[in-house]
Amino acid sequence: MNITVRVWRQKNADDKGKMVTYGVENVSEHMSFLEMLDVLNEQLTLSGDDPIAFDHDCREGICGACGVVINGQAHGPQTTTTCQLHMRSFEDGAVIDIEPWRAGAFPVVKDLVVDRGAFDRIIQAGGFISAPTGSAPEANNLPVPKEDADHAFESATCIGCGACVAACPNGSGMLFTAAKITHLGLLPQGQPERDSRVIGMIEQHDHEGFGGCTNIGECTSSCPKGIPLDTISRLNRDLLGALAKGKA
Amino acid sequence: MTITEPYKNPSEQFHAVGDDIHDAKAPTGPIEKRWDDRKFNAKLVNPANRRKLSVLVVGTGLAGASAAATLGEAGYHVKSFCYQDSPRRAHSIAAQGGINAAKNYRNDGDSIYRLFYDTVKGGDFRARESNVYRLAQVSVNIIDQCVAQGVPFAREYGGLLDNRSFGGVQVSRTFYARGQTGQQLLIGAYQALERQIAAGTVEMNTRHEMLELIMVDDRARGIIVRDMVTGEIETHTADAVVLASGGYGNVFFLSTNAMGCNTTATWRAHRKGAYFANPCYTQIHPTCIPVSGDYQSKLTLMSESLRNDGRIWVPKKMNDERLASEIPEDERDYYLERIYPAFGNLVPRDIASRAAKYQCDAGKGVGPGGLGVYLDFADAIDRLGRPAVEAKYGNLFDMYAQITGEDPYSEPMRIYPAVHYTMGGLWVDYDLQSNLTGLFVTGEANFSEHGANRLGASALMQGLADGYFVLPYTLANYLADGPYDKVDHDHPAVVEAKQAVEERITTLLAINGTRTVDSYHKELGQIMWDYCGMERTEEGLTKAIGMIRDLKTDFWANVKVTGVNEELNQTLERAGRVADFFELGELMCIDALNRRESCGGHFRAESQTEDGEALRHDDEFAYVSAWEYGDKQPTLHKEPLEYEYVEMKSRSYK
Amino acid sequence: MIVATTQTVKRPSAKRSTVALKYSMAVSGLIMLGYLLVHMYGNLKFFQGRDKFDHYLEGLDDILYPYLPHEGALWIIRVVLTAALVVHVYAAVTLWRRNKAAAGFVGNTRYHTKQNKTGVQRSYASFTMRWGGIILLLFIIGHVAQMLPNWLSPGGASDSKYDRVVNGFEIWWVVLLYTIGLVAVGFHLAHGFWSALTTLGQNHSSTRKSSRITAVSIGLAVIIAGGFLTVPFAIFFFGAGS
Repeated sequence: MNITVRVWRQKNADDKGKMVTYGVENVSEHMSFLEMLDVLNEQLTLSGDDPIAFDHDCREGICGACGVVINGQAHGPQTTTTCQLHMRSFEDGAVIDIEPWRAGAFPVVKDLVVDRGAFDRIIQAGGFISAPTGSAPEANNLPVPKEDADHAFESATCIGCGACVAACPNGSGMLFTAAKITHLGLLPQGQPERDSRVIGMIEQHDHEGFGGCTNIGECTSSCPKGIPLDTISRLNRDLLGALAKGKA
Repeated sequence: MTITEPYKNPSEQFHAVGDDIHDAKAPTGPIEKRWDDRKFNAKLVNPANRRKLSVLVVGTGLAGASAAATLGEAGYHVKSFCYQDSPRRAHSIAAQGGINAAKNYRNDGDSIYRLFYDTVKGGDFRARESNVYRLAQVSVNIIDQCVAQGVPFAREYGGLLDNRSFGGVQVSRTFYARGQTGQQLLIGAYQALERQIAAGTVEMNTRHEMLELIMVDDRARGIIVRDMVTGEIETHTADAVVLASGGYGNVFFLSTNAMGCNTTATWRAHRKGAYFANPCYTQIHPTCIPVSGDYQSKLTLMSESLRNDGRIWVPKKMNDERLASEIPEDERDYYLERIYPAFGNLVPRDIASRAAKYQCDAGKGVGPGGLGVYLDFADAIDRLGRPAVEAKYGNLFDMYAQITGEDPYSEPMRIYPAVHYTMGGLWVDYDLQSNLTGLFVTGEANFSEHGANRLGASALMQGLADGYFVLPYTLANYLADGPYDKVDHDHPAVVEAKQAVEERITTLLAINGTRTVDSYHKELGQIMWDYCGMERTEEGLTKAIGMIRDLKTDFWANVKVTGVNEELNQTLERAGRVADFFELGELMCIDALNRRESCGGHFRAESQTEDGEALRHDDEFAYVSAWEYGDKQPTLHKEPLEYEYVEMKSRSYK
Repeated sequence: MIVATTQTVKRPSAKRSTVALKYSMAVSGLIMLGYLLVHMYGNLKFFQGRDKFDHYLEGLDDILYPYLPHEGALWIIRVVLTAALVVHVYAAVTLWRRNKAAAGFVGNTRYHTKQNKTGVQRSYASFTMRWGGIILLLFIIGHVAQMLPNWLSPGGASDSKYDRVVNGFEIWWVVLLYTIGLVAVGFHLAHGFWSALTTLGQNHSSTRKSSRITAVSIGLAVIIAGGFLTVPFAIFFFGAGS
């Protein structure tokens, strides 16, 4: 199949940037979306143009490095990561618009690459359990109900790709933050730091310039790992509880 | 008088042979007490002095993140580096199946000794007993540590931890978190690391790639890195350097590694004098999704836990064009169950991979190009019901469907082996220190405890063992003699290292040839796969060395690297990595040529039993090949391996 | 040593966070919703005829009398409602500005593509919260002005509130404005009630659509908008009260 892509090109953080149109021929339906970009980049390189910069690494949907907005949808038309999206999801002759994640907290570095360091700083603000190496008790001393463990796992599968922020019209990082609050908050090990965690993480979330949540649910629908929306409600409950105890 | 020429290995046209080496730190005494003795005898560092001691940790996978977090927690001044935009993206995250630990929660006869025994045997007697025993010992602490961090392992209804059995062993000692165990363990280590970053003990440098090692007065004292956003070439010095930069499977271009995985950190250290051990030991994983076209950029692993319930087969007839569902039961060859009745579909990875290759070579392969075998879940779905299969493997099935566009619940999966893990790496002693003083190497980057073949669910175990429980002791022992004299940035060794990096980048950008970096990488990968892949021959390896040398010369004359250094330049990043892969690829072939035996992940066609099984030559090759870099040719140093506890015998899974 | 990735600037307190602002929006919104339900109950008394309706309205002045002074309860309600409105609008405007800045606009657009502008699964109502909210605010101002004794009385003043209602709703543009206001209320509630409960931590469903609260919100919106509209429609279309 032959397709046309319109790609956001921006030399660096200071550049204004614009959409540029390229044709890509002989695209196989079995190619992944990123392999299609590889093919385009080989063309660009040979013609002496600057290839399109995009983040990617594992290409199996787990590292969270890749992610672009395709035709206005984070990671494109399927609920998966960009690397796991295949060209069979598009028609021959399609015009595909490719843009970087847009959010105040995710400044563009180059082309489709953005800086997601804000996510790491939210984790630094409390997204952990303080368990110094060597201090752990025997693992089976602490039974965890299977249901809780499974729910915690579900939230812990967040890959930190940032699709939730890109899909949210408010550029809110609430689903990412809530996934971690839920993962750790559901486990008995996570209880001692539960209040300080939610307070720290929310403060950092806001400080990074993410927007507020308006509960419309675009984040969950765009999340390649299906992090459920009720995690945000849990975050809200946890913060309410912490504030009520005067912990802020 | 006749002079008998001493026997010369044909590989010696490509390398010299140096003196044998020994691990000077190798402990003695009863094996159960060796690690305790080493810990007791290791020098300690007063907590108040730790702040004055600095460590650079390259890589943030399980081995790197756990080490950086633990060292930071202990109070050392740590700087951590990764090429990704966040430490959480290191490729440990993609490990699916699980992590082994000798907890014996299943009461099935597991023990530290059995894990030790299985690992030595699984590694085809090419690993050190002491190291492996230590690994088995600390395995139990790893699970405790990870649970305390909040890693959501799978649990039983009673709330206790669940286990499953995993390729190559007969006990259930594998802890898992659905098909995403690596992700969960890495997130645990990552969170511990972020906690230290917040505490100010670890300084994180994301999007920074190590390009050179700095040696001052025969000690590793720093690294040169490139800021991948600005292109700035930075110098970082410290009292010790830890490389946890992962394996080199991407020398094959197509592998299950992440696109960015590379050998540059370890190769640069090698060129500075660190020995590279057993580079030819490559693990080819039997259960990957087959290649679909020449645009393919990577291969995707399907966890081998699938082999617990899936049955592997090919049509008995050659070039059978029928759909799987049209092939009746008696025309199917469940070849693993047939050849290896004791282990069946659960034979170790190298055996399963080679068996698949033979079936395909014999014209029985399925799918595009005949490069695939079936992995069939029809029986499991009948026996357990679809919901149970979904609960166990749902995410893997989804992934398969997403990539191939086929439904594995109704049609069997097609799988084919792919490069997955490299057992070789920088040579280290019992303290995980390379032959370069002050350079420590952990995780997949070192030549590790896996010998010639790694068992399933042991990579995660080793990465975390090194980072959480081994390195913090052995590195402290080294640092106890520090702090070492401060290294100024205008020290001749620093200036030399920095200039070398800058010159290399300038050269790459100036060639402005006609071929892309990827086209070279793909060609190199094809050479490696054809001649240094699942089956190796003297003729093929000799040919490959010539081809790699020619391709490398062509690369330095004709590669096209666009853009400039002072920007985010992904082509330049790849070019530097591929340049190092050429040199490593050549060394792999030389190592494979030298080792005229078959063991684990290294199979020499010349060395097999009558029925086609790997044939070791313990009399001649029971040693670690440690290669010293040379401008003209490498030098081989042999570290003889001795087995006091596990009797060396040939592996049999029949 | 400089720690490159940790914060040096002090973070704002969680008490002033976006989530805390949403709490205040949720609580103030629910207060106003509670009032609307009572208000609607009162409006429906219209169908009991002039005497009962006027009597009911006069009775409001003396709620809890003599424990509270004449009109005391009403004044408490007025103060609480005004406070709720002020808080609600303040929080909305603050969040609106924050969210706009957070969305990462390039010039006037966020994403340049023309495709999928309306998101993956958003409800129409969620698009109406801001402009719909402004319409509501204007409507409330007009509506309160109309309530002041014979100050703004389309269709003719009267001492009987019943008569004033009838006089007003016989005029087409009054009915039209009132309908626009109530439709705005409906949309606002359809998303707002769900959002308030979620903000207060009461959602236990994995998606918005699968939540029971979503269904309840839509039901509530229809009941309230419909309940309020029965009176003007009955007057305008069916000549009730004349």
